[in-house]
Amino acid sequence: MTESKEMVRVEKLNKSFGDLHVLYDIDLEVKESDVVVLIGASGSGKSTLLRCLNFLEIKDDGKIIIEGEQVEADTHDLNKVRQNVGMVFQHFNLFPHKTVLGNVIEAPMQVKGISKKEAVKEGKRLLDKVGLGDKYNVYPSRLSGGQKQRVAIARALAMQPDIMLFDEPTSALDPELVGEVLETMKELGNEGMTMVVVTHEMGFAREVGDWVIYMDEGKIIEVGPPDQIFDHPKEERTKAFLDSVF
Amino acid sequence: MVEFFDIFIGSTDVFIEGLWLTLRLSVVSLLIAIVIGLFIAMLKISNIKILEWIADGYIWIVRGTPLIVQIFILYYGLAEVWLIPSFWAAGIGLAFHSGAYIAEIIRGSIQSIAKGQREAARSLGMNRSLTMRRIILPQAFRRAVPALGNQFIIGIKDSSLASFIGLQELFGVSNTMGSNSFNYLPYFFTVAVYYLVIVLILTIGVNMLEKKLAVSD
Ligand SMILES: Nc1ncnc2c1ncn2[C@@H]1O[C@H](COP(=O)(O)OP(=O)(O)O)[C@@H](O)[C@H]1O
Ligand SMILES: [Mg+2]
Repeated sequence: MTESKEMVRVEKLNKSFGDLHVLYDIDLEVKESDVVVLIGASGSGKSTLLRCLNFLEIKDDGKIIIEGEQVEADTHDLNKVRQNVGMVFQHFNLFPHKTVLGNVIEAPMQVKGISKKEAVKEGKRLLDKVGLGDKYNVYPSRLSGGQKQRVAIARALAMQPDIMLFDEPTSALDPELVGEVLETMKELGNEGMTMVVVTHEMGFAREVGDWVIYMDEGKIIEVGPPDQIFDHPKEERTKAFLDSVF
Repeated sequence: MVEFFDIFIGSTDVFIEGLWLTLRLSVVSLLIAIVIGLFIAMLKISNIKILEWIADGYIWIVRGTPLIVQIFILYYGLAEVWLIPSFWAAGIGLAFHSGAYIAEIIRGSIQSIAKGQREAARSLGMNRSLTMRRIILPQAFRRAVPALGNQFIIGIKDSSLASFIGLQELFGVSNTMGSNSFNYLPYFFTVAVYYLVIVLILTIGVNMLEKKLAVSD
């Protein structure tokens, strides 16, 4: 087996909000095409870790290495880094004043300077791909939650990122709409996208995840392939958490 | 009553001239006020203490003094160093005044836009200024339309103070005609009608704009 490329590497990452220490000595490695699933109780620091990876939060110390380059907030152009690291949020955060297609072509045109014609072509392709080929000119307020989240995924993909971060992408959805979003994410994973996903959908973690990371109180407690974590957890805390979920 | 109608109709040509001046004064001052308001709002949300203080100081001075005093200071005070035409003394005075209120309106509406909008834009690689221009401000302006419309109405009525430095805008015209004829009241009723009609048209315009901007809701 050939050694696959390292996409994200985190070493001894620490992060506090004021007096509240949220992440302790986090180490993490994500290889190309890996789907890494972060699980853990609410408040354990999953979102903060994810947000450190695209510098929406700035770490206190430790190293964050993105595609081989150690990134520091004060020396790097974070806008450049973020172009390569897409993010999908729990509450979609679509731009309400722009149509579905407008949402998708905004960043490619404004940030990358791609022509409107090109951006529209690619935007339509992505929207077709996520099953929204009939919604180009609709405003987000007219969409269901599941449709909104799929637009958000297309919007992130339009920047052609090498890594995608998902922060509880289905937690705000009605149960009957969860499936369509997970399906889209699964396809993306199967196509080889490198993904870090925070989710409570254990079925997805098991089926799509290459690695599952269990976090508690700002620390990584256990890392392993899904069957190990779900069927033979080594740590008591992991067991207790999984018992509480299932 | 008959006298009022006679005066209303008989005086249209002078009042139309006054109306024209009122509109010019209002439009010029409101345009400058929007620029000032936007600028001061940016200072206020800059997170840079010294800039916030400058903005706060400006707003404090404008809100803490009567508009007529501001206009007089500009007109008589600045005239010592640099002769400023009364149109511009009034226009700039009104702009500085409205600018402070518009700044607060814009700042409030910017801060009412959910933090997730900024984060989504930044996560796509948009820098601060792109995020502000393309994502935050368009939404903030939409939200600010009713309050801005209100401020414009106040601005138009406030422009009547320009008559105190000799401008024959609507109110100035009514005052002059009243004193020339020793019969103030019908002229003041007349001018009131003019203001009411302007405000009515503006209100309808703002409502239409609100409806048009609501297509995305
Ligand atoms: N911007 C912030 N300011 C202060 N505290 C925060 C902030 N964001 C998160 N926290 C706190 O950090 C801890 C971890 O939060 P988070 O990363 O959102 O956890 P999770 O996503 O696992 O639920 C929580 O105690 C939360 O209250
Ligand atoms: Mg979270």
